[in-house]
Amino acid sequence: MAEQRKKKAAPGAVRPAGGDAQVQRTARGGGEVDRPTEGYESLIEKRSGLSELLAPVAGFGVTFANMFKPTVTEQYPREQVPTKPRYHGRHQLNRYPDGLEKCIGCELCAWACPADAIYVEGGDNTPEAQFSPGERYGRVYQINYLRCIFCGLCIEACPTRALTMTNEYELAGPTRPGMIWEKQDLLAPLRSGQLATPHPMVEGTTDTDYYRGEVTGVTDDQVAWVAEHRPDDPTLPENAAKGATVPDLGETRLAQRAITAAAHRQGGAR
Amino acid sequence: MTITTPRGTQTTPLVPAAPPPAPAEPSDTVTFSVDGIETTVPKGTLVIRAAEELGIQIPRFCDHPLLAPAGACRQCLVEVWAPGRDGNLAKMPKPQASCTLQATPGMQVKTQHTSPEADKAQHGVMELLLINHPLDCPVCDKGGECPLQNQAMSNGRAATRFVDVKRTFPKPIAVSTQVLLDRERCVLCQRCTRFSEEIAGDVWIDLQKRGAQQQIGTFDTEVLGFAGDVPVGASTLDTSGRPFASYFSGNTVQICPVGALTSAAYRFRSRPFDLVSVPSIAEHDANGSAIRVDHRRGVVLRRLAGDDPAVNQEWISDKDRFAFHWQSAPDRVTTPLVRRRLPDGTRGELEPCSWTEALDTAAAGLQAALGADGSGVGVLPGGRLTLEDAYAYAKLARVVLGTNDVDHRARPHSAEETAFLGHHVAGRTLQVTFGDLVAAPGVLCVAYEPEEEGGILFLRLRSSVVAGRTRVFSVAALASRGLERLDGTLLAAAPGTEPEVLDAIAAGARDALGETAEALAADGAVILVGERAATVPGALTAVLRLAERTGARVAWIPRRAGERGAIEAGTLPTLLPGGRPVADASARVDLAAVWGVDDLPATPGRSADEILAAAADGRLGALVVGGVDPADHADPALARAALDAVPFLVSLEVRRSEVTDRADVVLPVAPPVEKPGTFVTWEGRPRPFAQALTTTQLSDFRVLDRLADALGADLGLRSVADVHGELDQLGGWDGVRVDAPSTAPAEPPAVPPGHAVLATWHQLLDAGRLQDGEPYLAGTAKRSVARMSAATAAAAGLADGDEVAVSTDRGTVTAPVQVTDMADHVVWLPTNPRGGAVRDLLGAVGGTVVRLERVGRSDHPEVTAHAASGLTGEAAEAVAGVRVDEEERA
Repeated sequence: MAEQRKKKAAPGAVRPAGGDAQVQRTARGGGEVDRPTEGYESLIEKRSGLSELLAPVAGFGVTFANMFKPTVTEQYPREQVPTKPRYHGRHQLNRYPDGLEKCIGCELCAWACPADAIYVEGGDNTPEAQFSPGERYGRVYQINYLRCIFCGLCIEACPTRALTMTNEYELAGPTRPGMIWEKQDLLAPLRSGQLATPHPMVEGTTDTDYYRGEVTGVTDDQVAWVAEHRPDDPTLPENAAKGATVPDLGETRLAQRAITAAAHRQGGAR
Repeated sequence: MTITTPRGTQTTPLVPAAPPPAPAEPSDTVTFSVDGIETTVPKGTLVIRAAEELGIQIPRFCDHPLLAPAGACRQCLVEVWAPGRDGNLAKMPKPQASCTLQATPGMQVKTQHTSPEADKAQHGVMELLLINHPLDCPVCDKGGECPLQNQAMSNGRAATRFVDVKRTFPKPIAVSTQVLLDRERCVLCQRCTRFSEEIAGDVWIDLQKRGAQQQIGTFDTEVLGFAGDVPVGASTLDTSGRPFASYFSGNTVQICPVGALTSAAYRFRSRPFDLVSVPSIAEHDANGSAIRVDHRRGVVLRRLAGDDPAVNQEWISDKDRFAFHWQSAPDRVTTPLVRRRLPDGTRGELEPCSWTEALDTAAAGLQAALGADGSGVGVLPGGRLTLEDAYAYAKLARVVLGTNDVDHRARPHSAEETAFLGHHVAGRTLQVTFGDLVAAPGVLCVAYEPEEEGGILFLRLRSSVVAGRTRVFSVAALASRGLERLDGTLLAAAPGTEPEVLDAIAAGARDALGETAEALAADGAVILVGERAATVPGALTAVLRLAERTGARVAWIPRRAGERGAIEAGTLPTLLPGGRPVADASARVDLAAVWGVDDLPATPGRSADEILAAAADGRLGALVVGGVDPADHADPALARAALDAVPFLVSLEVRRSEVTDRADVVLPVAPPVEKPGTFVTWEGRPRPFAQALTTTQLSDFRVLDRLADALGADLGLRSVADVHGELDQLGGWDGVRVDAPSTAPAEPPAVPPGHAVLATWHQLLDAGRLQDGEPYLAGTAKRSVARMSAATAAAAGLADGDEVAVSTDRGTVTAPVQVTDMADHVVWLPTNPRGGAVRDLLGAVGGTVVRLERVGRSDHPEVTAHAASGLTGEAAEAVAGVRVDEEERA
């Protein structure tokens, strides 16, 4: 294209006669401007002597230099390289040491989110169903990973450090609805010694005590309460001793995995 | 209608909008300056208000334009220079609260924008207010719309210097089942207590204790130190057993500048940035209060009072505020339903079907009833429709169904009332307005309880009573607590004797009657007549006589939001739209021309009761029924029998109801939040509102238009604009009106021993269908009591606190006896409390003679003993979580 233009603009060039689109463009004005008559001159200074002789080989300098540097190509997914510790991966909703959720459903994360990826609804904690210390808990918690830009403003906004980001980055999925992660998908898995919610707060404590880190574990009263209300709960010490396991993935994520696995089978992937 | 401009012809719109209020010319003005800007304001203007006019924002908490100045929070401090006695400008030694300071000539005010001193003072006050304010913002409902939050950012320090332990309280107190109080969040601005005292007259919370322990609390007699003595008010206990129930407590939640008062229904539900706000009009009463509907993802989460100085100012009743769950109740009808007849001819089950099928089925059924061997169709639209919907019913009945058998009155009514409405109400819009009411020297309520049946009208009336402009009189069986708070004078009348009392109001009469005559003779006096007057033969006639005698104006106030609009739209058997009499040939010709038909049915139709009676007797081929609850009719048994007996029943309903349970075809329609429309207030003021939620449901008028289509007729009402265009084209009626009623009063019934005459009216919060799904609101309803005088009680062998069985041949209602100072041989019951609907259980309306029998002591002795006990029953469960803390406190 540049070549053609140059030709066209060359002095004495004969313009094609009528009917041509380019002529029309010129006739309309503004489209084509006559080029200066001088020929092209490079601004790079011409080399001379030995350097002119070696110039073609010098071009390989970069190639040869890189041959001796360590390779940066990562063999993902065969080899998974750990991220930097502060990498913004998927979110996690944390728990207090006794298993109560830190999230109070305040919606500040949703408020801070520039991509409108987070949706939260609060709810009342009641004596029958206490999910987090204090009066309020996050009843609905959804993060839309099709929208999330992993900027981390949500975790900065979180007043109870309920929301943090993990280093997990494998967040692709086969369905759109499956990319909206629910509270159960985001909640931190229960470590041994933690009790599944709902259960009462440690007796005699307030939400402030929890926030200050003065609650360090499950008490016997809490275990007794869960044993009374949910005798089959796998997080109860007696059930855990019998080998009951707690699923560490939420429903949405399990469904996504099942769909992916089925697709792999269908596609003959190993 | 102002919604569209009339096309072509210049007629008065059918329901003209109120003219804009004339700007008041201030007689006396003051010139002073704020931040160096000179301004002239009416004398007596507060500095903070004048600054507002200039666009200068002064931070404030306690200041509210509708409440008296208090100077409680001290946040609005400004530097003031004023001319002294010598005429020289001198600085006031300390910063002044601009919310209590009236502007004086030559004053120079410097706000925080120009005065470092004012700025420092405001920062200091803010720091003081925040000392004990908890860091609750993440869990507080006010977060995001909180004046304290905002002003702490704009006029406060960036960091706290307070290192001590904050004062805390066990939280929260359930002031009522609906209103929760977190005391540590309170900044003691007293907006809530001032509202209770000045506006509502319900002193249900107040300041308690002193100093650092000062707090807002329930009116706890022990804290206040006069246990055993009961403050104002006869025993109007709410269902929690507390003596101070308020119908207006929700307003305190809205005006609280911090999150100290929150509503149980909205607590922790959402954040302001989640919500989409749409201005709307409340559908619960005939006042047409402006509201704001806040919704998220297609669900209404709360409603707030809108600001309309001409109607509701900035207040609404709790019913308007909290009762909206009915619109999204689980029993909503979402698809058309058709009931197929079983082979044996009995009615089968309702089955969902397509619109086409439903409309065709409905059309076929109606066509059969309209045919040669059919006996016609009756139309009962119900009183909750918008003007547009009612108009479609009126037009459908006349144009397509060829009948005047259309009546929206799902309540006790009479031929006298029909004549009264045609003579005095229809087509006479804006004759008496809220503005007239608050300017009236005397207001006489006949068969009307402003608080129970009027909601926000009570607050408007009370504001002018408190201002000393208005005296209120009431012709009723007893002085209700509402009347007491209006400083009202009772003209005691046993049910049925109202005409007699009205006729006795004459100049020169003794005592209250004479005073009433005097007040009504004054310029601007108003007589308010309630819809209950229809149950008293001769009452409306006597009201018109009284108005003629005294020169007072008469306003008729229905309870339901759609009644006035329906009257204007012509859903009465004797009235066409705009108050045109059916019997008037020229009116019919007029209308036939607009509607594009050859002629209209000339014989006046049957009233709702007559339509129901005809249907029950098999003299009617089909019924088209809108939002009607059979239990609201004077005789619910007759209404149910009619619905059972009628060969073909079409129901247009929002939710499953007794009508849909009997209907052959159910056509779903949209509730107000899902449709645009216009309610007409009791004044005749059009109150248009927009659709708040997106929906697939149709308005009644649209469904009727399609139904007409299926019947082979064109109503031409495809959109709101179509309806408005037609209403504008139609215009008002300036021809001859229906004659005034002239009904003679009935003889008072003989009352045998052990019997009494029933007096009854609706309480604001009761078992109405529109209050379903709101347990918190239901908890603030008043407990049902049977009121009677000491003599009546003694004659029936009853004492205060006994449980009495009030019965007729049809059934019995039991309630605790409340001995009240009232007329003898009369017993008062609320009309429709939960579990005690008088019309349904007794088949009785006001004036019926009922039996009284003692059935033992009441299970709720506290109802009459004024004991402020804890919550009980359903209400207790509703707030179980928060009650625990309060019991600990106690």
